[in-house]
Amino acid sequence: MTTATPPSSAPPLNQIGAAAWAKKNLFSSVSNTILTIVSGLVLIWVVLTLLIWGFTQADWRVIPANFRLLMVGRYPINLIWRVWLALGLIVVAAGLSWGVLARNSRLFDRRGLIVLGIGAAALVIVLALLSDPISIAISLGLLALLVGLAFVGQQVGKVVPTFGNWLPLVWLVAFVIGYSLIRGFLIGRPVKGDDLGGLLLTLLTASVSIVLSFPFGILLALGRRSDLPVIRLLSTIYIEVIRGLPLITILFASQFLVPLVLPPYIRTDRLIRAVVGLTMFSAAYLAENVRGGLQAVPRGQAEASKALGMNPLLTTGLIVMPQALKAVIPTMVGQFISLFKDTSLLTIIGFTELLGIGQTILANPQFLGRNVEMYTFIGLIYFLCCYAMSIASQRLERQLNSSGTPTVAPAATIDP
Amino acid sequence: MTQPQTEPTANQTGAEPIIIARDVEKWYDNNFHVLKGVSMTVTKGEVVVVMGPSGSGKSTFIRTFNALEPYQKGTIEIDGIQLSHDLKNIDAIRREVGMVFQQFNLFPHLTVLQNVTLAPIWVRRWSKSKAEEVAMQLLDRVGILSQANKFPGQLSGGQQQRVAIARALAMQPKVMLFDEPTSALDPEMVREVLDVMRTLAGSGMTMVCVTHEVGFAREVADRVVLMADGMLVEDSKPDEFFTNPKSDRTKKFLSQILH
Ligand SMILES: Nc1ncnc2c1ncn2[C@@H]1O[C@H](COP(=O)(O)OP(=O)(O)OP(=O)(O)O)[C@@H](O)[C@H]1O
Ligand SMILES: [Mg+2]
Repeated sequence: MTTATPPSSAPPLNQIGAAAWAKKNLFSSVSNTILTIVSGLVLIWVVLTLLIWGFTQADWRVIPANFRLLMVGRYPINLIWRVWLALGLIVVAAGLSWGVLARNSRLFDRRGLIVLGIGAAALVIVLALLSDPISIAISLGLLALLVGLAFVGQQVGKVVPTFGNWLPLVWLVAFVIGYSLIRGFLIGRPVKGDDLGGLLLTLLTASVSIVLSFPFGILLALGRRSDLPVIRLLSTIYIEVIRGLPLITILFASQFLVPLVLPPYIRTDRLIRAVVGLTMFSAAYLAENVRGGLQAVPRGQAEASKALGMNPLLTTGLIVMPQALKAVIPTMVGQFISLFKDTSLLTIIGFTELLGIGQTILANPQFLGRNVEMYTFIGLIYFLCCYAMSIASQRLERQLNSSGTPTVAPAATIDP
Repeated sequence: MTQPQTEPTANQTGAEPIIIARDVEKWYDNNFHVLKGVSMTVTKGEVVVVMGPSGSGKSTFIRTFNALEPYQKGTIEIDGIQLSHDLKNIDAIRREVGMVFQQFNLFPHLTVLQNVTLAPIWVRRWSKSKAEEVAMQLLDRVGILSQANKFPGQLSGGQQQRVAIARALAMQPKVMLFDEPTSALDPEMVREVLDVMRTLAGSGMTMVCVTHEVGFAREVADRVVLMADGMLVEDSKPDEFFTNPKSDRTKKFLSQILH
């Protein structure tokens, strides 16, 4: 079997200059030209108005004055190092993942540069807003750590290709330790749930619910396809009921129902009850996504596995589920992004997460009328987080597709 | 590499049987009677080719041998193990029976080597190094050694089917079932798969093959059986089957496939 490849020639380049491109795409006909000019004018007008407002009329002092509140809420100031340390752990996991995912390509492709540019811009804003030099130094240090670990991860990934398989574990460990640090579960003084706020609370509730809903969602999806009628019925009822309710109802209900369901000696704080609600909500949607993935795996896969003597657990765990999850990564990321945004509903049940703390600040007479500035800033933070997730998922997807080009497996033999 | 097929068939000598199916009956969805009392005995080392028109129940029948299809009446015994609905027995039988499918059914998310070593590691509980050693020998035997670290999607159909054969053999089964292993292949790849099957038959493996490859049946099979409408209507040596069949149904079938 020869593996020599024929000398490859570059594909014919479709080189067109900017003028030609504009002619082809923007001014190809009279109506297109009119559309281009009109929308161009509207765009220029909107951007100009915003810029003029942003630089002349807007009063941005509300942001730096409340920056700490917006980021971490009323987190005890002498314990703030825990948050930094947790952030450091996440940066380690993120840097390594970035490097490993890019082990066969360049660290900074075009999209990577865009992300880094946005990150740098965000950092510049943050640095301008932060007045204390220690925070500035730590921020810069973390950025350096991120890029440095990306290089390390790239090299390690080249030498040990299986390193990528350990990344989920790295993330889980970083996540669990980081969370315990912030809440002070294992070490030092515990921090009350009510002291958490701002972006920190948003990130914590979103990530804990996402991580917890993952196993529940998978179990529910399997339950809905189970051969046991009782399990199938219960899973179906759960999924359909949750999907039929608005999230805000579930959040209110979980505040009352969780203490009712649990035995009285287990006391839960408001925050845990809210996370339970978010998790229950997310798990039902995740279950439906995973079920779609399971249906996309051809029946022949499970049959081949069974024919090899693998029991149902092995067949599901090693053959069917990995293929199903891989097929639904984009949908799952989309779902997680919307859960992240949905945490803003916690404001309604009285939490001071990012949106809630913004409203609290606006209620302060000192900052009356600074609504647009505040909501612009909050919106920007939401956008940055969601865009980062979306970029990361595209990277992950491309990586998974380049390893293991999956066959479009044909349908099972027995179907006529 | 033709093996002279001189041994008498099992029915005449009473050699040790390894598959005994008695009056197997099966209904799909409680109303479609797909197997109407099929009996067949296969002895150790025998190669039986199953032919028959589309929809006659060939796949359904051989899939009952490793419990991929449940059946409602009759008994099946593989290597002395009664195939009941007891899960223990099903696991034991599936370990002894390898199967090759028409559509290959390789695991697309695993490399060729992982496809072959997966079941030995998880079911037979071999060490990874032992499983890989055996897998490499098998891949060498089917001529895929150089592709061991590729993914199935990067191989041709013929190569995929040869990997599927190696994957089934890695469990060291006592019986191999083939369900139209060459039907999904382009003509130029049929040969490479049949060559592997021919060598396997020569090595003494017990094989039940659903196939319409007349050349293969004539050369390799000890017996050829014809299935029609859920019944076995002919069970002869290949020469007899193709030149002088007992049943009219076989004559009709042969006139259709031989033109
Ligand atoms: N899961 C099923 N449910 C209902 N009917 C089925 C099912 N699987 C197969 N059948 C029917 O049972 C009959 C026998 O099917 P089987 O696949 O065993 O035939 P076959 O002889 O292998 O045919 P082919 O040569 O087309 O593979 C066919 O009529 C088919 O439509
Ligand atoms: Mg068939």
